[in-house]
Amino acid sequence: MRSGPPALFWAPALVVAMAMLLPPAYLVIRTIGAGEEAVNLLWQERTGQVLLRTILLALSVTATTVTIAVPLAWLTVRTDLPLRRLWSVLTVLPLVIPSYVGGFVLVAALGPRGMLQQVFAPLGVERLPDIYGFPGAWLALSLFSYPYILLSVRAAIWGLDPALEEASRSLGWGPRATFFKVTLRHLQPAVGAGALLVALYTLSDFGAVSLLQFDSFTRQIYVQYQGSFDRTLAAVFSLVLVALTVTVLVTEAKVRGAHKYYRSGVGAARAGAMIKLGRWRWPALAFCGAVVFFALLVPLSVLVFWLVQGLVVTKTMPVVWNAALHSILAAALAASITVVMALPVTVLAVRYPGWFSTVLERLSYTGFALPGIVIALSLVFFGIRVAYPFYQTLAMLIFAYMVLFLPQALGATRSSLLQVSPRLEEAGRGLGYSVPGVLARITIPLARPGLLAGAALVFLTVMKELPATLLLSPIGFDTLATEVWSATNEGLFAQAAVPALLLIAASSAAVALLLSQEKKGNLSKL
Amino acid sequence: MRHRVSVLISILLMVGLLVAACAPTQAPAPAGQPTPVVVEKIVEKIVEKPVEKIVEKPVVVEKIVEKEVVREVPKAPATVTVYSGRSKSLVGPILEQASKDTGIEVRVRYGDTAQLAAAILEEGKRTPADVFFAQDAGALGAISKAGMFTRLPDRISNLVDAKFRSPKGEWVGVSGRARVVVYNTQALKPSDLPESVYGFTDPKWKGKIGWAPTNASLQAFVTAMRKLDGEVKARQWLDGIKANSPKKYNNNTSIVQAVAAGEIHVGFVNHYYLFAEMKQKGDIAARNYYPKKGDVGALMNVAGAGVINVSQNKEAAERFIEYLLSTSAQQYFTKETFEYPMLKSVPTHPDILSLSQIEVPNIDLSNLDDLDGTLKLLRDLGIL
Repeated sequence: MRSGPPALFWAPALVVAMAMLLPPAYLVIRTIGAGEEAVNLLWQERTGQVLLRTILLALSVTATTVTIAVPLAWLTVRTDLPLRRLWSVLTVLPLVIPSYVGGFVLVAALGPRGMLQQVFAPLGVERLPDIYGFPGAWLALSLFSYPYILLSVRAAIWGLDPALEEASRSLGWGPRATFFKVTLRHLQPAVGAGALLVALYTLSDFGAVSLLQFDSFTRQIYVQYQGSFDRTLAAVFSLVLVALTVTVLVTEAKVRGAHKYYRSGVGAARAGAMIKLGRWRWPALAFCGAVVFFALLVPLSVLVFWLVQGLVVTKTMPVVWNAALHSILAAALAASITVVMALPVTVLAVRYPGWFSTVLERLSYTGFALPGIVIALSLVFFGIRVAYPFYQTLAMLIFAYMVLFLPQALGATRSSLLQVSPRLEEAGRGLGYSVPGVLARITIPLARPGLLAGAALVFLTVMKELPATLLLSPIGFDTLATEVWSATNEGLFAQAAVPALLLIAASSAAVALLLSQEKKGNLSKL
Repeated sequence: MRHRVSVLISILLMVGLLVAACAPTQAPAPAGQPTPVVVEKIVEKIVEKPVEKIVEKPVVVEKIVEKEVVREVPKAPATVTVYSGRSKSLVGPILEQASKDTGIEVRVRYGDTAQLAAAILEEGKRTPADVFFAQDAGALGAISKAGMFTRLPDRISNLVDAKFRSPKGEWVGVSGRARVVVYNTQALKPSDLPESVYGFTDPKWKGKIGWAPTNASLQAFVTAMRKLDGEVKARQWLDGIKANSPKKYNNNTSIVQAVAAGEIHVGFVNHYYLFAEMKQKGDIAARNYYPKKGDVGALMNVAGAGVINVSQNKEAAERFIEYLLSTSAQQYFTKETFEYPMLKSVPTHPDILSLSQIEVPNIDLSNLDDLDGTLKLLRDLGIL
């Protein structure tokens, strides 16, 4: 029997797990006050319908995003796709478009009388089919959330041992069979981790579903706050989401299994061979182009159109540098702290599997499907009672971001860590490194692509986060996201365009930086 | 072994944290470090009573001070924390001006009206907010109902018509927003439109109506309808509109855009969204129509403000609200946000039908916080 995990791992992991339990704990406290009315509301036939519809949306979005993201990851990492580096950055970027902007943009572009209709108007197209409801919500969520899977799979492909594929080829399997039977299987944890994030994100999203008129469970929760200022009923509904999340987690854990994904024998780590696309280059380009067109170019052109339209009328547009600085500062801090906190939880779950570490890791996900406002209110509740001196300070805001986005870092970190052989760490220990030494000199450098992917995910999502920023930031701490929201909320789209474009620009720079590091991380293994 | 021990520790800590959170008064502890919480829970019980007294004392003292001293000390350096449910892009400039003109440092937390109301309720006695500046009367009613507002001095309440303030004197309207029907000018003439909103249940409007049933402004409108004309009539109206298969939108702006684009012919909105849209895009193919009968169709809701009862800066908070009702602030709301002024001396925007030409129905706006009944009705009918 192996000895238990060192305190270096379990102590911080425990702290993290407790932080992650705050939102569900708050919901339980709020629900205790719920009366018969809440129970009646919950047992309505309609509640079941809404729940079913929400689950259907989550499943379709997840399936779609996997179909988009896995080929994209493969094409942009392992093939000689023309302008590969550019595509790498462009395909990740749709993640930075907040769903409350994405929703507006899709309606403006693809609505019944939107810009697309005006393009086709000379051909006699009077109106386009309605995108409101399921199709619109599905499209928006798929387009703006597939990068969750893309980033996680990219990291896994970088960490893949090419010897596996070579062995497969030498044993007589063709490139296609090798891809499906060897490569894809090894990417499974990364695909699973990303898909989990997409599914839970879909459950929690409010911006897209509300703008595209799809009545999801989260929208019901918001209506509850909006309409009756009723925190109890909203809490009851939210607990249903928590229950749903637990179901998803259990299912994913069963599917996940307990396979090994690291190299068992000795061998030199190196980059996999580039695959020559040949004439497949053209369909591949068309595919990347189509995704980037709908998920990035359409939103960007709508934003630029709004900006120009606004400039024509008002002549000047204030540039919100302060908000940009705030956004970048908060996102960078949150990304680094979240990844640091995710590491012990992941190490525990991967290296010391057992019910304790599993429960710890899974607990961290329970809040992820909750709408942002519920998490923000739970931290308002605990923050003002337990951590009053920190209430509405930057520290509190970063803590809130960690609670909101830790699962994103966990998924990416986990799939990278799975590819690092524990034999290397044992060898490090045998050669006299301490536990922190092994972590710093062996585990972290080898798991680097996953850590970076995790940091990138957190950075990008913090940039666009809204409810927690509004309620928990220090007073006057405007971010690009709050500027965009403030303007779109009043229908001032021209005014929203500047911060929205800045948000996308700052995030693009961050993505480019992180992707260049991703490659360096891989080469350092050579 | 270690597993068991740490699980035990974790369970203990979680229970401790829950207890600490549920306790009526709390001692501060660092964020994200739950370990000290267990210890501090013991301290709490001892500290409980003195804390309550500290909270109550200033309330009693200030009530005496209010009437005599306030006017004699016009400019004490003071701070006011405002939770504003009205966005920065709309009211930011006037709140900055308030700082300059009154000498009070105005610190603003912008957010969504309902979410800020929920936050104030969660924060309870420790809320940093001195003033809640809300987008609609319903949210003000909710805070008032929770007993978290304090009574405003009469000199402030009396500035505003009794129709547009809390009967208990706990909040005042700051600017008015009329309920209107926005219509597409290419498809319709004003004479095509019915005298009352009740006329839109006619089957000839089938497929031509847009509304936003999840939006607070429509829910407030339905609540007003229930209060003025009774549950039965409200239900009939909703049924009739529903039978005309209206298009659902998320908010008023989307409705105005859809009307201008010809997606729909009419929409139920607040009056100023049209002007905000035209300010950005120039003229569009949409205009506002005010139903003429003096029924619920001519409802006037307000954005308003009140002082939080635990505020330590009540005097400054009151001066801040007084400033919002000053001539210059009222002119700002008229010109920049196209709303109705609450001061009779300030004229309405020239492009907007003046208040005296609208037959505003008589309704206590604080009753608009009774949204539970409206939500139930909307759910019953399958609209929400």
